[in-house]
Amino acid sequence: MLKLIKKVAIYSVIAASLLTSANADKTKLTMYYPVSVGGPLTKIVDSMVYDFEKQNPDIDVKAIYAGNYNDARIKSLAALKAGEPAQLAVMFSIDVYDLIEQNAIVSFSDLAKSQEDKKWLKSFYPALMENGTTLGKVWGIPFQRSTIVMYYNKDAFKKAGLDPNKPPKNWDEMVSMGKKLTNDKQWGLMIPSTGYPYWMFGALAKQNGEVLMNGEGTKTYFNNPKVIEALQYWKDLSSKYKIMPEGTIEWGTLRKNFLSGKTAMMWHSTGNLTAVKKNATFDFGVAMLPAKEMRGTPTGGGNFYIFKNTTAKQKEASLKLIKFMTSPENSAKWSIGTGYIGISKAAYETPALKKYVEEFPPAKVARDQLDFATAELSTYQTGRVRKILDDSIQAVLTDKKSAKDALNDAQNQANRLLRDYK
Amino acid sequence: MRHVYGWLLLLPGFILIVAFTHYPTVTTFINSFFSNQTVLKPKRFIGLDNYEYMLHDPIFMQTLKNTLYFSLTTVPLSIMIALAMAIFVQEKIKARSIVRLAYFTPTILPMVAVANIWLFFYAPEIGLINQVLHYFGFNEYNFLGDRDLVLGSTIVMTVWKEAGFFMIFYLAALQGIPKELYEAAKIEGSSPWTTFTKVTFPLLMPTTFFVMINALINSFKMIDHLFILTKGGPDNASNLLLYYIYDVAFSFFDYSYAATLTMVLLTILIIISLIQFGLIEKKIHYK
Repeated sequence: MLKLIKKVAIYSVIAASLLTSANADKTKLTMYYPVSVGGPLTKIVDSMVYDFEKQNPDIDVKAIYAGNYNDARIKSLAALKAGEPAQLAVMFSIDVYDLIEQNAIVSFSDLAKSQEDKKWLKSFYPALMENGTTLGKVWGIPFQRSTIVMYYNKDAFKKAGLDPNKPPKNWDEMVSMGKKLTNDKQWGLMIPSTGYPYWMFGALAKQNGEVLMNGEGTKTYFNNPKVIEALQYWKDLSSKYKIMPEGTIEWGTLRKNFLSGKTAMMWHSTGNLTAVKKNATFDFGVAMLPAKEMRGTPTGGGNFYIFKNTTAKQKEASLKLIKFMTSPENSAKWSIGTGYIGISKAAYETPALKKYVEEFPPAKVARDQLDFATAELSTYQTGRVRKILDDSIQAVLTDKKSAKDALNDAQNQANRLLRDYK
Repeated sequence: MRHVYGWLLLLPGFILIVAFTHYPTVTTFINSFFSNQTVLKPKRFIGLDNYEYMLHDPIFMQTLKNTLYFSLTTVPLSIMIALAMAIFVQEKIKARSIVRLAYFTPTILPMVAVANIWLFFYAPEIGLINQVLHYFGFNEYNFLGDRDLVLGSTIVMTVWKEAGFFMIFYLAALQGIPKELYEAAKIEGSSPWTTFTKVTFPLLMPTTFFVMINALINSFKMIDHLFILTKGGPDNASNLLLYYIYDVAFSFFDYSYAATLTMVLLTILIIISLIQFGLIEKKIHYK
């Protein structure tokens, strides 16, 4: 009996040492990622990671769902400070300046050296690379990326005597159609103004021919006349044309408003597309945002980043994982599952996405709109600058300030914050 | 030897308090006199600059005002309602335990869940409250999108959630008041109102005191609902001091200014405790 115990003990020691040595050869990666729209998105990520591990038995990936974009950033940076850093993360594309200033990330331009890697960096839609590129280098690889699109209720259009296949093409049409669509049971239009007001505003400003900041993240253009005009138009939609409710409109409940027929048109992230498709009880359409001087929308969403505090081997493995997750096949799978944009041309040439887009044309609106897209508001001190603009927009929409005063104040405050970065 | 033994027994608690309360408080105090540290700019001593910036920060002023207003309305309101509910379910009414349970239910829910429910109560058009208003032909309101209504709306929700919890304390206290006092009051022909003001209320004073300390201190920490309902908006109309501190620290990465704001919050809480323990306690009738 004793002998047996001894034997078992010896074998188990040997087995354990073998196991640990096998483990030591494995490269371990921790990845944080956020979700900010509805739907079972974590399941899709998990299945992609599972496939990756099967293909690469020497790499062990721990993918951790970390809440919304803010939470994901806070958790990644906290882990970094605590000395137990993640190696890579999906974070807000506009966090790039803060991450650089915190010295937290490495640029992909420094990692991807081979010819093939350089080609890979060029394979994405250029508009999606804007937010991740600064100081002449690429810092973020697009993953869950979106634009704003206009969802509209085709049944409501028919009822109002409008052609359901001709959504408004410009600002004037949106107002005139909005007036026909507004009655005591339904609003013509809702543009959300909580959560991400600066994002919606970026679209209006671009449509009026102006962007909100420069490419280096050191200057904002909040009080440019065209920008003020854009905010005035937003305000007029409710106070002058009466096609949108007064006050701010809640980001979180807006989809419900649209689905229960309380508004005929809504502006929202394309990331909501699959959820709207599953729950709509009426015929709906998706259109590009209307134009004033041109069409326009900011891009949005999350990019992949690799952290600085990472061994060479882990960097290599991280790059491998990111390449896998952004491959045409996986990008297609992700796009179909969520409504986010397929991030490369090749993704739309995969059989799966090709077929999906053919059967469900709204799925390609966001991508087509990339031709008119601009970067999302992102500067140094981005949190503060964003809050200044958010507060100013809300102050105008709730009748506290005029568009001109609010944006002049906002520009002054932003100038003060960005003074040191020029 | 017995001294050493005593100190050893104290040690675990002592370590926890120092590590998680005193040490952070002291470092917060020290950090508030330094500039923020980033990789590009090392931190340096700047004296009272952070405090001066704070005095000229309109968002700080707004959140401070909102926080005081929030605390000074939610606390008295929840205490009054809690007392009324306790007296009501103390009586022999039908289905007493079911009514008690109904009053207590909001307390069991986490604040985030409550906020998610009330988000759909308050929503324009699709929200419960607006549908009721609409049915009776009243005007509809955009409760969370109107700067004049938003803070009040969060206060109503908070009172709804908190009152049931305080009711439990009053219920317990009511059981402890001797029956003879009420019999004596009856014999003297005292009206119900006189009985309440002369017998019940004074004898509940220690409970009221206890509930008030808890509620006040708690109210400064209550910001969970803002994450769901308004994010402090529109334009900071519903923003509270602690939520602003969170924003400054974790969205703006300005840890030293966050430390400065934290010192203000800490000072307010210390003053409240001093007032309550020093002044009011003397005037309360303990047996």
